[in-house]
Amino acid sequence: MASSKTITVEVDDVSHTDDVEPRLLLVQYLRERLGKTGTLIGCDTTNCGACTVHLDGTSVKSCTMFAVQADGHSVTTIEGLARDGKLAPLQQAFHECHALQCGFCTPGMIMQSASLLQENPHPSEQEIRDGLEGNLCRCTGYQNIVAAVQAAADGTMASDNGATETAGVA
Amino acid sequence: MTTAEVGRPRLRKEDSHFITGRSKFTDNIVLPGMLHLAMVRSPFAHARITSVDVSAAKSSPGVVAVLTGSDVAAEQGGLPNVWPITAEQKAPSHPAIAVDEVAFAGEVVACIIARSAAAARDAVELVDVSYDELPVVLDLEEAATDRVLAHTDLESNKSATWVFDSGEAGTGKPVSEALADAEVLIERTFHQQRLIPAFMEPRSTVVDPTGEQITVWSATQIPHILRLLLALTLSIPESKVRVIAPDVGGGFGGKLQVTPEEAITVLAARHTGKPCKYTETRSESLMAAHHGRAQVQKLRLSATKEGIVTGLDVRLLADMGAYLGLVSSGIPILGAFMYNAIYKFPAYRFECTNVFTNKAWTDAYRGAGRPEATFAIERLMDELAVELGMDPLEVRRKNWITHEEFPFATVAGLEYDSGNYEAATAKALELFDYEGLRAEQARRREAKDPVQLGIGISTFTEMCGLAPSRVLGALKYAAGGWEHAQVRVLPTGNIEVVTGTSAHGQGHETAWSQLVADKLGVPFENVEVLHGDTQISQRGLDTYGSRSLTVGGMAVLAAADKVIEKAKVIAAHLMEASEEDIEFADGKFGVRGTDQSTSLSEIAWATFSAHSLPDGFEPNLDSEATFDPQNFSFPHGTHLAAMEVDTETGRATIRKYVCVDDVGVVVNPLIVEGQVHGGLTQGIAQALYEEAVHDDAGTLVTGSFVDYLVPSAPDLPHYTTARTETPSTTNQLGAKGVGEAGTIASTPAIVNGVLDAVRHLGVKDIKMPCSPSRVWAALEEAKMSGGVQ
Repeated sequence: MASSKTITVEVDDVSHTDDVEPRLLLVQYLRERLGKTGTLIGCDTTNCGACTVHLDGTSVKSCTMFAVQADGHSVTTIEGLARDGKLAPLQQAFHECHALQCGFCTPGMIMQSASLLQENPHPSEQEIRDGLEGNLCRCTGYQNIVAAVQAAADGTMASDNGATETAGVA
Repeated sequence: MTTAEVGRPRLRKEDSHFITGRSKFTDNIVLPGMLHLAMVRSPFAHARITSVDVSAAKSSPGVVAVLTGSDVAAEQGGLPNVWPITAEQKAPSHPAIAVDEVAFAGEVVACIIARSAAAARDAVELVDVSYDELPVVLDLEEAATDRVLAHTDLESNKSATWVFDSGEAGTGKPVSEALADAEVLIERTFHQQRLIPAFMEPRSTVVDPTGEQITVWSATQIPHILRLLLALTLSIPESKVRVIAPDVGGGFGGKLQVTPEEAITVLAARHTGKPCKYTETRSESLMAAHHGRAQVQKLRLSATKEGIVTGLDVRLLADMGAYLGLVSSGIPILGAFMYNAIYKFPAYRFECTNVFTNKAWTDAYRGAGRPEATFAIERLMDELAVELGMDPLEVRRKNWITHEEFPFATVAGLEYDSGNYEAATAKALELFDYEGLRAEQARRREAKDPVQLGIGISTFTEMCGLAPSRVLGALKYAAGGWEHAQVRVLPTGNIEVVTGTSAHGQGHETAWSQLVADKLGVPFENVEVLHGDTQISQRGLDTYGSRSLTVGGMAVLAAADKVIEKAKVIAAHLMEASEEDIEFADGKFGVRGTDQSTSLSEIAWATFSAHSLPDGFEPNLDSEATFDPQNFSFPHGTHLAAMEVDTETGRATIRKYVCVDDVGVVVNPLIVEGQVHGGLTQGIAQALYEEAVHDDAGTLVTGSFVDYLVPSAPDLPHYTTARTETPSTTNQLGAKGVGEAGTIASTPAIVNGVLDAVRHLGVKDIKMPCSPSRVWAALEEAKMSGGVQ
């Protein structure tokens, strides 16, 4: 068994210092050590994107990184996306556009979409589809996911309707 | 019933925890002292196990125990097949862990139980299994010859043969006469490639054996069936088993199973006395969770020169893989009733033989038998059109059942409740611009454009509402097809609905709330739907085959009806009126001819407090109902695909996809549309992308998402969807079911479109998936054989 290493990672605005095995994947660290189970594991080849999180604000597949590589960095998971008790626009848009069914790919889709909109705030339909190529969904046919990203970009959700309070929906 | 909620595009109640990352998938469950399992799997598709040495694995750090086939054989009597399609059906025994022989690559040969998942996986490498390789049989037609046997203890690879003959059944003429008298005879063989359901959440099971009861959390579509079958196969009283299907990340039929891994996890928990978890990796899932389709269809269709079909003869071989899963053997038979599709065939014969090969077993996959049937007939109708030089739509119009002819008794022995194929087709044509695209197709052909255009048509129906129990009995399925529900009006007036159906993305909580809100005249928000836990939802037959609304939803409505009847008794009692004078509307119970009324919540409190109830009246305002459908429902639709085929690269892309589905009365249009989109995607994936491929040794080559091409967002078009609404006449709501429609209809629409684009170049058929290499090869072959250029 390999010796452990001490890492310090800021996850969803909270700093964590832990001893981890060098082989521990970031996704395992988030799920098993920190209980951040919103980040999910759907494959073992970095194809499905269910484990997508933000590392220093950029989307990464957390099954493709070791936890030790996150040492000194900041990670945002789906659990840290809502701010000040309000859903992030993309979370609201996914709900309003019926962009999820079984919900398994949803956290990864939302995290990837957030990163996509950060790089390109006004994407075309094709740019959205291309931007989500690394995230697989088996339920929605992607059409409503694309519509949700578009709605979030355009700010056309029915916001401020009370449903945005995370306390009310969680 | 008022219709304030039914038909309304309600946003889903289910969404909140998924979008905030607070989902409760099985792999998220952590219990104190929990142990972790990892499976040792056979690298060989067929081999005799000569020894299993677990000594090194047992002494590996963190390992608590190792289970082998002989350890569990005594406790587990083999995994179940509940659909013996004939009395003579043959099947190999199906142990959870192989004992003497493995019959597919990926079969479990040992299970490591360790204190961490990593320790369990480390120890997998230390199990030393010796194998004597045996000859493998992988090709379905080769397997049917019995030259190589998939199991050494079977005398033949053939499991069973099942026949339907309209001449014998009295539903039509003998097909032999139709074929003998045929003016036009179309003969074709189609291959339904092996597909993998590929739900996004890998299968996972957590078992807690501590306490008086064994609690099983599993990523399953069938918690109730799983509880019963775990009890039967592991000799545990049902009352000692609780199965919970928490959030389940997709199923598509792929989680309609009692898996070896579930049984092993229960045995491991029983063995160690501690909670145990097993979560498969994706490569394990692709290799060892069941597959779908995998049939060879040999078809003969007879018709007149005018294009009137006179008979259809279907002979198919169905690849069972190495074992019979839960309902494997019955899947082709679900298709048997659908080969005549929406058409008035006077003669029909169906014969299927189920055959074993050395691959993962096949079982239900979205549509289960019906996509295969629909593909075959919709391809044949196009071939007939080509043969006669007719428009493919015209051939369909000449043969389909017209709106006035419903209800219609089909040659396959079903009674179709209702349908309006003309209306759906007219709407689809309008949205598609059929004439305009045909004109563009002609221009491109004329110009010898390297990118050719093809138009694919699929008109379809499917059989939903699985299933009338008496029909299942006649087909030798072991259980019934009813569904159960409870409706409880709580003292506050809020409603709890308990349903036996078990959602995994279908939005039952929202749709059932809409049903009950309308029925009882209460706000949508005041209804809570509970499901997926056998301790809460004590009876049920779960979710598959688009049965949830048409069977489960009707049980909910029936229970709500009983609540109303019970409430009327108390309303009469409270208002000192006669029961016959109580009218119920919009949540109020009024006395006819007066302005007196009382509300559901007042009645609920009265029945709860029970201070003053009529003699013999049971306190509380609850009811339950079990609904057994008297017939299936038959949603239908018309799908049109415009396909662009690059003749220089073979790449086929979807230029436009229009579908008009008729699913009867719609409860929630958002959910229906979402189901259509997802279904289309899986059907398109069969047509263009997905195939489980094995090498000559039987190893799955498409063993990861790198090779098994689940389409992603840029692979798919924007769908144009619309609906017509022809209510079902077989249930009180008029709903028909939607979960499989898109999958069933889209595969033939796409393939017909691809062929339509290149048929004038001499291409006669292309096997699915119509990948660039297959299309390009077909074009080259047509060139070589002097096809029209």
